Amino acid sequence: MRFFLRRTAFYLFTAWAAITINFFLPRFLKGDPVSAYIAKNQGLISPDAAAALRTLFGLDKNQSLLEQYISYWKLLLSGDLGRSFSKGLAPVTDVIASALPWTIGLVGIATIISFVIGTTLGAYAGWRRGSKADALIPITTFFSTVPYFWLGLIAIAFFATTLGWFPASHAYDKGASPELTWDFIGQVINHGTLPALTIVVSSLGGWVLGMRNMMVTVMDEDYVTVAQAKGLPPRKVLINYAARNAVLPQLSSFALSLGFIVGGTLVMELVFSYPGVGKLLLDATNAKDYPLMQGLFLIITLTILVANILADVAYAILDPRTRQSEA
Amino acid sequence: MTQPETAVMAAVADPAPRTARKQTPFTKFAQAFSMFRNGKSITGLCILGFFVLVAIFGDLLAPYGPLDKDFSALRQGPSSTHWLGTTHMGEDVLSQLIYGTRGVLVVGFAAGIIATLIAVIIGVTAGYMGGWKSESLSAITNVFLVIPALPLMIIVASQYENPSLLLIAGVLALTGWAWGSRVLRAQTMSLRNRDFVQAARANGEPLYRIIAVEMLPNLIAIIASSFVGTVTAAVLGLTTLAFIGVIPITNLNWGTILFWAQQNGAFPDFWWWYVPAGLCIALLGMALSLINFGIDEYVNPRLRSAGERAREMRKKGIKVTSSVTAVRTTPTSGTQPDDGAASAPRHASPAVDLDAVTPVAPPAPANPDDTTAR
Amino acid sequence: MTTLEFKDVTKRYRIRGTGDFLALDKVNFTLTSGKTIALVGQSGSGKSTIAKILTQLERATSGEVLLDGKPIPRRGRALRSYRQQVRMVFQDPFASLNPYHTIRHHIERPLRLDKVVPNEEVENEVYRLLERVRLEPNDVIDRRPHELSGGQRQRVAIARALASRPSLLIADEPVSMLDVSIRLGVLNLLADLQRENNLGVLYITHDLATARHFSDEIMVLNRGVVVERGNADDVILNPQHAYTRELRDASPNPDKHFAAPGTTSPRS
Repeated sequence: MRFFLRRTAFYLFTAWAAITINFFLPRFLKGDPVSAYIAKNQGLISPDAAAALRTLFGLDKNQSLLEQYISYWKLLLSGDLGRSFSKGLAPVTDVIASALPWTIGLVGIATIISFVIGTTLGAYAGWRRGSKADALIPITTFFSTVPYFWLGLIAIAFFATTLGWFPASHAYDKGASPELTWDFIGQVINHGTLPALTIVVSSLGGWVLGMRNMMVTVMDEDYVTVAQAKGLPPRKVLINYAARNAVLPQLSSFALSLGFIVGGTLVMELVFSYPGVGKLLLDATNAKDYPLMQGLFLIITLTILVANILADVAYAILDPRTRQSEA
Repeated sequence: MTQPETAVMAAVADPAPRTARKQTPFTKFAQAFSMFRNGKSITGLCILGFFVLVAIFGDLLAPYGPLDKDFSALRQGPSSTHWLGTTHMGEDVLSQLIYGTRGVLVVGFAAGIIATLIAVIIGVTAGYMGGWKSESLSAITNVFLVIPALPLMIIVASQYENPSLLLIAGVLALTGWAWGSRVLRAQTMSLRNRDFVQAARANGEPLYRIIAVEMLPNLIAIIASSFVGTVTAAVLGLTTLAFIGVIPITNLNWGTILFWAQQNGAFPDFWWWYVPAGLCIALLGMALSLINFGIDEYVNPRLRSAGERAREMRKKGIKVTSSVTAVRTTPTSGTQPDDGAASAPRHASPAVDLDAVTPVAPPAPANPDDTTAR
Repeated sequence: MTTLEFKDVTKRYRIRGTGDFLALDKVNFTLTSGKTIALVGQSGSGKSTIAKILTQLERATSGEVLLDGKPIPRRGRALRSYRQQVRMVFQDPFASLNPYHTIRHHIERPLRLDKVVPNEEVENEVYRLLERVRLEPNDVIDRRPHELSGGQRQRVAIARALASRPSLLIADEPVSMLDVSIRLGVLNLLADLQRENNLGVLYITHDLATARHFSDEIMVLNRGVVVERGNADDVILNPQHAYTRELRDASPNPDKHFAAPGTTSPRS
């Protein structure tokens, strides 16, 4: 119980800190791009939206910092993140909401595939340590040290442009609009294969290495030796005794990596012109769309926080020992 | 569990005449870097050394200036005059690559040094202090762990027209120190309660000496590994930022080459323009990973001995995955009492040499066993 | 003649969640140079807490610790001079020596810290100390702890404790981590050094047999309370307290094993 209280306090503090950083970030911006924008679009911005923007960016010089901070919180709690300059003054929350499913779908599926394949390969490499399976490590490590975006560019050059197997960019064919038809789903899969493949290939190394090292450590434990001594079939020992325990840290890293789904592959989306959160952030940066940048940063931070909570919960459920010790 | 040859068999009553190995400054120096003394780390260090030399002697090595334009050769493939071809402006790709090495290494190492300094100061202090001071330092660390590095870098870097190398390194360090700090805190906490630290306290050693002389040397492997880790992350971060175009092109590095290549339609036809830069990033990353693999094996000797032992057994025709049965089928096992798992070879204790040295691991800090650190 | 007095010393640990834990409850005893007191008790009885308070790694919650009638100074030079008088040999010789440093470093440090001998004499003093604990100085001085056996390490730890020329020595289960066959050697060494230097020794142990053999007085500790104390032979042969009898009966008796074959031999 104490453990959960402590963790809750920790997450509340971290969330508060992240939101506060988000409050101060635009206040350090040089110049005043936001009021310039508001002045330029006098008639277009409704008074309400302008007021919200003033609060978010601290433009109300009459207010003290504390008052600004309080009204900033009020705004956040009512779910208002301001209006996006570059997206025709659409509410930031709407803009993000439209991009979020694409990122979560693409990167989420790729992360799961990479985790499953990588952990299986790692378990095998640890089980058959000292054999040819050891060659897996340098190969997968090489791909994980290659920058994402470069691998993506090469993949486009090879599979899309030269071979023409997959489309090089976007999430679906030009002219199509999102709808629930087989044709559209097919397009999405077709467009998503290449970016997903790139993510899987370049993130495999971490999973393989982590699982392999844990396997090697676990294989030395007495309970594995005893299981073998009892004459259990190797397959059973591998799955029920060794891999089962070795996979625990993998699962918590997996939960952590979920946090990086939203913010971790920005550049990948740029390379493939994929309409996700990462591309949105880069576009917002180029267009100096500060409300959108601030909102995206907040969302990305909060996702990582939620993933941390998930990792903690997963670990507490799977390994009761952690509840006693401090993480 | 470790190789028996590290054992020194000597009884107290009858010390074998042995000449003491003299401690010289050189052996002391060598000991401080013993975690690099393995094939993987050395290979990594050699590759890294190569890049360092290229960075230092770039002016001598590069056949042309990085921005020298040769208008007679635009977008030319590799030739004897331009070994790695030219860009759309007739610039020599090889020369850009050589000059770019400097930018990558300077920023990478500067970020690594700053981040490691922060990590050591915060992590070791938090680990040694205990109580609310430790808790608040670790709370700060955790906040920095949650803040997404790349988006923050993009937002901060986009605020400056022409960010200096040091500023870029500083931002990369600011987003990269937290992980190392967390690992160091855990390790320091376990060191703090070791008897040798308690003994130093009981002897009245001052605090700075306890931390600097008694504890830090035992943390060197972890500090080194977190340094290498942040350098790797910083190199990837820098090239990524350069590739997106957040960092001004005047700061030439491998990422800038890729930025220009993509901006000017080098993909997919002009492979000489974009393939070498990517391979250089991968090679440098690989070298740094190799160094860290070596340190990992030094810290956790099981990782190394496991592979060696398995190969050894396979040579003898024994299946690794069934070690216990293997013991029973080898000729010597017949004499061993058949009491199940306890007769596995690694449990056998040298009953004869009661006062002989137990084979122990090299003077490595114990495996952090901090499963969350993976 | 140095005297160390424990007066009504109480130690209470704050444990969050479960309330307080009383580790020591009004413990009184006097340790004088030239005498050995054995402190006997099960694990968790508070033996190590006494050692920690004596070495000032922890402070008593209440009560007084007096060295020659004066309370232990809280900090600074005075505390250092107290520490120079009272030294400790830790239980685990594998943990009490820093794996990174050579044997020379371990013995040199207290010599330099307390300025026992002038700087140019330090090297000779290290050799002398190693010889006193029956180690071959040339053989071990430049080695690191992991290159030595457990017995050798514990001898190094004893040499380190003696370096500051203390008058009182705390030995916290000094042989419990060593192989049975070499325990006697280390204990005999401690006894010799005690006689030669007229040391006052607090011998902490759970082994009644060695407690009787090596000490003048025995003090039995149970859950932070001294339940019995007295002349070593008296306590062992004629225990008054039920806990002492329990301890005695729990310790291995060689005769019984001959009588009942098949019983497993006692493990350390």
